[in-house]
Amino acid sequence: MGVERVSAKPRVVIVDDHHLFRSGVRAELGDEVSVVGDAGGVQEAVAVIREQRPDVVLLDVHMPDGGGVEVITRVAEECETVRFLALSVSDAAEDVIAVIRAGARGYVTKTISAAELARAVRQVADGDAVFSPRLAGFVLDAFAQDAGASSANADLQVAEDRELDQLTPREREVLRHIARGYMYKEVAQRLGISVKTVEAHVSAVLRKLQLSSRHELSRWAVQRRLVSLDGP
Amino acid sequence: MASIQAPPGDSPAHARPPLLRRPDRGLLGGVCAGMAEHFGVAVLIVRMVMVAMVAVGGVGIAVYALAWTLVPVAPDSGRRAGRWEALRQALLIGLGTVVALGVLHRLASRMSYGDALWPMVLGICGLALVWRPIAAADRTSGRGLVSLGGQLRSAVRVDAPRLVLGVLLVSFASAGLLHLVGVQRNLGEAIGVVAIIATILGLLTVPWFVRLGSSLSFERAARIREQERAELAAHLHDSVLQTLALIQKRAGDPREVAGLARQQERELRSWLLERPDPGEGASVAAALERAAAEVEELHRVPIEVVTVGDGPLNGRLEAMVQAAREAMTNAAKFAGSERVDLYAEVERDRVEVFVRDRGVGFDPGAIPADRRGVRDSIVARMERHHGRAVVHSLPGEGTEIELVMAWGSSG
Repeated sequence: MGVERVSAKPRVVIVDDHHLFRSGVRAELGDEVSVVGDAGGVQEAVAVIREQRPDVVLLDVHMPDGGGVEVITRVAEECETVRFLALSVSDAAEDVIAVIRAGARGYVTKTISAAELARAVRQVADGDAVFSPRLAGFVLDAFAQDAGASSANADLQVAEDRELDQLTPREREVLRHIARGYMYKEVAQRLGISVKTVEAHVSAVLRKLQLSSRHELSRWAVQRRLVSLDGP
Repeated sequence: MASIQAPPGDSPAHARPPLLRRPDRGLLGGVCAGMAEHFGVAVLIVRMVMVAMVAVGGVGIAVYALAWTLVPVAPDSGRRAGRWEALRQALLIGLGTVVALGVLHRLASRMSYGDALWPMVLGICGLALVWRPIAAADRTSGRGLVSLGGQLRSAVRVDAPRLVLGVLLVSFASAGLLHLVGVQRNLGEAIGVVAIIATILGLLTVPWFVRLGSSLSFERAARIREQERAELAAHLHDSVLQTLALIQKRAGDPREVAGLARQQERELRSWLLERPDPGEGASVAAALERAAAEVEELHRVPIEVVTVGDGPLNGRLEAMVQAAREAMTNAAKFAGSERVDLYAEVERDRVEVFVRDRGVGFDPGAIPADRRGVRDSIVARMERHHGRAVVHSLPGEGTEIELVMAWGSSG
């Protein structure tokens, strides 16, 4: 989808409770996108998003009056075309989980470079998911094949649930490359597939992340997955 | 109200509810209802006792009046249920009072009972006054940091007049009782008086012990909080403030400033999350993170570490971490990349580490002699430990070094 629309600048609303950060991002994004509004809190954000209907909302995860999840849940239904990209100082798994499951199309940390942020905004505007290496690593951990083995997996899930709870080998491979620091284009080259296919894989993973009822998702948030090594 | 009521949701013995008036459940001021809840007995019994005390020449009236004025109203007493039930009980109690008064009046007139009465009334009033500060102390506890001395001082300042009055009343009462006994010169009763005085003294001092105990635990909590605050202040002083000062000094060198900020961010994060110091961690992920932090500090190139899974460190994996460290150092020193990515995946039968940069790259087939690092420290090291290292690099495309340490399930 993206290629034709890349020429049009995505319309962006920046939501962050730090004024300095908002103006910083505004300056950084500069000509790459058109910033049509900003907000310093949940109420304000909801109002601005309803009024402007931007393509992308850059959303701070932590705000004093509720945070990014609150904003998404309040406007998601009536503003279906609006897409959210979460931006946070935190890379704690529980934050990532919450905001992605609420409906954000991606998650990047605030230390991201201006060029990368602009690229991420464009990707999200085009309907793609944006996975930072860290988010990719997190998802691999959450969907690890042996993650459920230790916990009592007494509840037999129906087949369709299983599908949501597992990554295909190809999705796993794509994520592994993203975690290694490759961009979509490079991943496509290395795996011999098109960029579109890479994007499709990532979107599928995002969907699983949002819909899976896998309890390891939250369990993982508390502690790092420990693997018992067979050797050496 | 129902005549038998255990205080709702209260497990007996421990956690006795505070003494509060319950006008919503009471007939007059809710004193009896409150006492019943406090002592965990049926409200009817309390009322009987009160009535009996009224019968004893008005002691009950004094006690009730005192309690009414001194005991605070329960904050949640809003409901007024069972008015008719209360009225019925009131009628019963009124009837009982009349009967009891009649009987006791007869008894009292025969036994010169009344002489000891007023000293007792005074004594009870005095006790009520002395006991009263406990409730006040309970209410102020947990409101902030107050030193033991300060708390006692303020308690004395606020409660002094009441305490003096209470003690005076009790003393009067004791004197009155003693006088009575002295007149009668009866040994048995003298012993009784000693017992009375001892009991009174004991009752008088109990509140102080109780309060002292709670003050001490309060004080202990306050001291712990103070200690934590001091620790936090010391930590911020040693770390964040130092870094901020350094950043101001090096404001001209953006690379240095970014490096300092990242280093501080990492430290603060691990401190906030109470992660164990990576230096202590004997896990693969922790060792890699520590190595990355060291290289980053040394060469001021940000290194993003992503790990999937984690496992205990052993000899072979330590060698692998060393090789990864060397790879990161090379990337930071020679590649000229803005950032280095490290990805590690720990699986049951293998550990893989990828170190990637977007720098100048090189031809792996023609590693110059002065860059022995790649051959010796990385490839040879991995091979020595039955692992494998592959260098993927093209001039202009950056470099990725792949380290694999695998073992069959046989070991």
